[in-house]
Amino acid sequence: MQKENFLWWSAVKAGLLGGVIAIFICLIGMAEVFSKRDVIEKVITLGQFVLLATIVGMGFIASRRTSGILGQNRPLHNLSSGLIAGLVTGLMLALFVLIGLQVNLRAVFLNATTPLYNILTFGKGAGNIWLLPVIGAVGGLSGAAFLLLPDVYRRPLTRGLIFVIFMAFFSGLFRVVMINQGPGMSAAAKSLFGQTGLTMGGALLFFFGIVALSMLWNYMGKGIQTRISGLPKRGQISLRVMAAILILYITLMLPSVSGAFISQVIVTVALFILMGLGLNITLGFAGLLDLGFVAFYAIGAYTVGLLTSYGPFGLQHVSFWVAVPIAVLVAMMSGAVLGLPVLGVRGDYLAIATLGFGEIVRLLAGSDFLAPYFGGPQGIIGIQKPCLGILGPFVRVDVPRVCNGIELGTPQTIYFVAIASALLIAFVAWRLRESRLGRAWMAIREDEDVAEALGVNLIQTKLLAYMLGAAFAGLGGAIFATLIGSIFATSMQLLVSINVVALIVVGGMGSIPGVIVGAIALIGLPELLREVSEFRFLIYGVTLIAMMLAKPEGLWPSQATKRELHHADAENVTAETLV
Amino acid sequence: MRTSLSERLLDLAVSGFLWGFRILIVAVILIGTIATIRTGKYTGEQWTDFVIFGISQGSIYALIALGYTMVYGILRMINFAHGDIFMTGAFAAYFLATWMTGTGFIDNNPVLGLVIPVLFAMAVSAGIAMLVERIAYRPVRNAPRLVPLISAIGASFFLEYAFRGFFGPGKYAYPPIKALEGSWTILGTSVLKIQVIVTIAAFIMMAILYSIVMYTKVGKAMRAVSENKDTAALMGIDVNRIIVSTFALGAAMAGAAGVLFSLVYRQVDFFMGFTPGIKAFTAAVLGGIGNIPGAMVGGLVLGIFESVGPSLFLEGIGITRPYQLKDAIAFTMLVMILLFRPSGILGERITTKKA
Repeated sequence: MQKENFLWWSAVKAGLLGGVIAIFICLIGMAEVFSKRDVIEKVITLGQFVLLATIVGMGFIASRRTSGILGQNRPLHNLSSGLIAGLVTGLMLALFVLIGLQVNLRAVFLNATTPLYNILTFGKGAGNIWLLPVIGAVGGLSGAAFLLLPDVYRRPLTRGLIFVIFMAFFSGLFRVVMINQGPGMSAAAKSLFGQTGLTMGGALLFFFGIVALSMLWNYMGKGIQTRISGLPKRGQISLRVMAAILILYITLMLPSVSGAFISQVIVTVALFILMGLGLNITLGFAGLLDLGFVAFYAIGAYTVGLLTSYGPFGLQHVSFWVAVPIAVLVAMMSGAVLGLPVLGVRGDYLAIATLGFGEIVRLLAGSDFLAPYFGGPQGIIGIQKPCLGILGPFVRVDVPRVCNGIELGTPQTIYFVAIASALLIAFVAWRLRESRLGRAWMAIREDEDVAEALGVNLIQTKLLAYMLGAAFAGLGGAIFATLIGSIFATSMQLLVSINVVALIVVGGMGSIPGVIVGAIALIGLPELLREVSEFRFLIYGVTLIAMMLAKPEGLWPSQATKRELHHADAENVTAETLV
Repeated sequence: MRTSLSERLLDLAVSGFLWGFRILIVAVILIGTIATIRTGKYTGEQWTDFVIFGISQGSIYALIALGYTMVYGILRMINFAHGDIFMTGAFAAYFLATWMTGTGFIDNNPVLGLVIPVLFAMAVSAGIAMLVERIAYRPVRNAPRLVPLISAIGASFFLEYAFRGFFGPGKYAYPPIKALEGSWTILGTSVLKIQVIVTIAAFIMMAILYSIVMYTKVGKAMRAVSENKDTAALMGIDVNRIIVSTFALGAAMAGAAGVLFSLVYRQVDFFMGFTPGIKAFTAAVLGGIGNIPGAMVGGLVLGIFESVGPSLFLEGIGITRPYQLKDAIAFTMLVMILLFRPSGILGERITTKKA
């Protein structure tokens, strides 16, 4: 009897939590903003989908908890707990709507508007309110049922759903790109993607396509894998070369296919990959949390600005190619100057001290005191675009120098600069990690005292990490300044540093592919989805907490972190290589 | 231990650089001060005003700093979200005070009109801080140091942007209390009423907190836990409960500070907690982290420096519009303190054993 009560209570608790989350989603305005976009046209909007996902998720969690308490799956118990959880969530939403229709919540909560209630009641007002608990119950039930499915079906279904959502997010993008390809593609695009989301046909096609593929992989995957690894070594290499050529081809063709907007997004992602790789050295390799990273970004940007601008603040009028190495050097030197004082302080103080530096740089750059040099609040404008070829002489202020050759002025062309630098830096970072210095960094990260005892010079090693991180940030800032063509102190916010920290944490500290994954997920997605970008930092916050609670090593952990987690395997490997 | 020449040279360069840095800062302060005093641009009365403003500002910082210092004393963790807890208090009080102004209650009972929003803000802040602790801090309490710090940064962003979502990005004007407008004349100088009230209120709160920590059973338990968690647990102290109450107590102080801050500046917005939060942390480090009287001293020193500094040091060395660099002074102080006396003015009171 006691256990039964416990089960009840756990299901109700899950439901209450779901209700709180759902109401939170409504009140911060997410439900309303997301409703402007569809997952499947005329069937379900993104806002409805998010709420439904909360309900189904809660049903799933309640069902899993029930199994946990019982120690096994018992369909009746699982289903009923899912039902209860969903029902409670639905009831709470219904209660919220009822209260909202009576009391003017808008006096406090900006988003408690009539359109919100219309979304929740499907446009029919209070008369339709009974629908919410019903949907809740059905959603919770299906969430609970999902847990009971055998793995063979559950995985393909999950993948199918995720893929459909992914395609729905980017349907507008794919549609534009495909329509640009010509009339044949255009018809296909219109049948798959609508204006705001997938069409019914498209959704079904993607869903069943992925489910089928995934099922097929379940049966055949092992065979294919063994066949590839069974290939002779030359065959494997040529497979990899083919894959690399394919990726290279796609990379080169992308800007001309996708247009300015997407190129700009990719450039931004590449910039953040650059900075992420830089901070990855400081934070991921050496374990120094630097929250003032934006300072070096600003220094790089301002150096390039001052050196190349044809505006009123340009000191010199050199070309981009000369200015960038100087900017990187300047950023590196300022890394040394700012790093020397603070590297002695202990770990968590370092974060705050560097944050202070970042703010000082921003305040100084934007102040009237230094306005004669850095433009103050007006910023530096008229930054010369990079030129492949001979740059004409500087004539006078506000007239750009003429480029005899190819001017890399548009996002589509800066794209190549950004991608090339990102690749170069990734290579450098990779070589650094494998070097003696890299191992010294990791040693410091794990235990400073032990590292010092083993002969690692702490100050020197930390300083190098800090300077290299700063250099990469400077490069990022330099390219950013050229891309935008102007610099303002207000764009050098702490948020930039937080962005970089977040993407490293998500990708996996110390992992180079992790930085790339993190940058695509945290910078690329919000840039592409305007609806999401409004809640970007909220999502960052949740992500940071969730990652720390669930998976502190990140989505794509580095080999070293993985090894630490599986000590036994690592020992075997070293033993084998020694033999 | 033998070290190579290059290493010794590097060490020399480092210490030389650090000395240069110290000398530079001292030179800026001295030259600036002398130059400013010689020009005689400001009268003695103006200087008094600066100092009084600094004290009222500093007492608010001190109030926030208490939360940092107590949490750091117990968990060795920078509660990055503390500044945002301060912001939640300000928002709570804003909505209550606006409603109370609408009913005319505040104009009739100015004292209650001040006290009730403060109490409400304290309750809301404490509640939110307890939630944050439960969700974001407790599960990672024993993880490596960076993990709770990053989790705290996440909590900070979550709070900021959740409030932005709830209440929008705009600035809200905190309703004025008519009885607190104008100024009093104390010892021959006229002082804004609001500054006097804020300072007194902050000191009352600090006295209450100090006596809770020093003379109640919970306070004793807090001190025991900050000394050694395991031993405290063996003595029958519920460590989790004490940690939660530390968070709640610190957050209540921050909530009250939020109301006082918005009474002075009349502005409430979702990002308002960031800068005061960092400054309060500076104050906590300045006084010696883990040290409750230290936080109060640190807050006052920081407030006065920040208020006097721009006119005294910076204007003298020829910086135009120095008040724009007010925050930079606070941040520079932070860096300097971390650099030259990380144990703070009154000395830090945390056990040397790492958590």
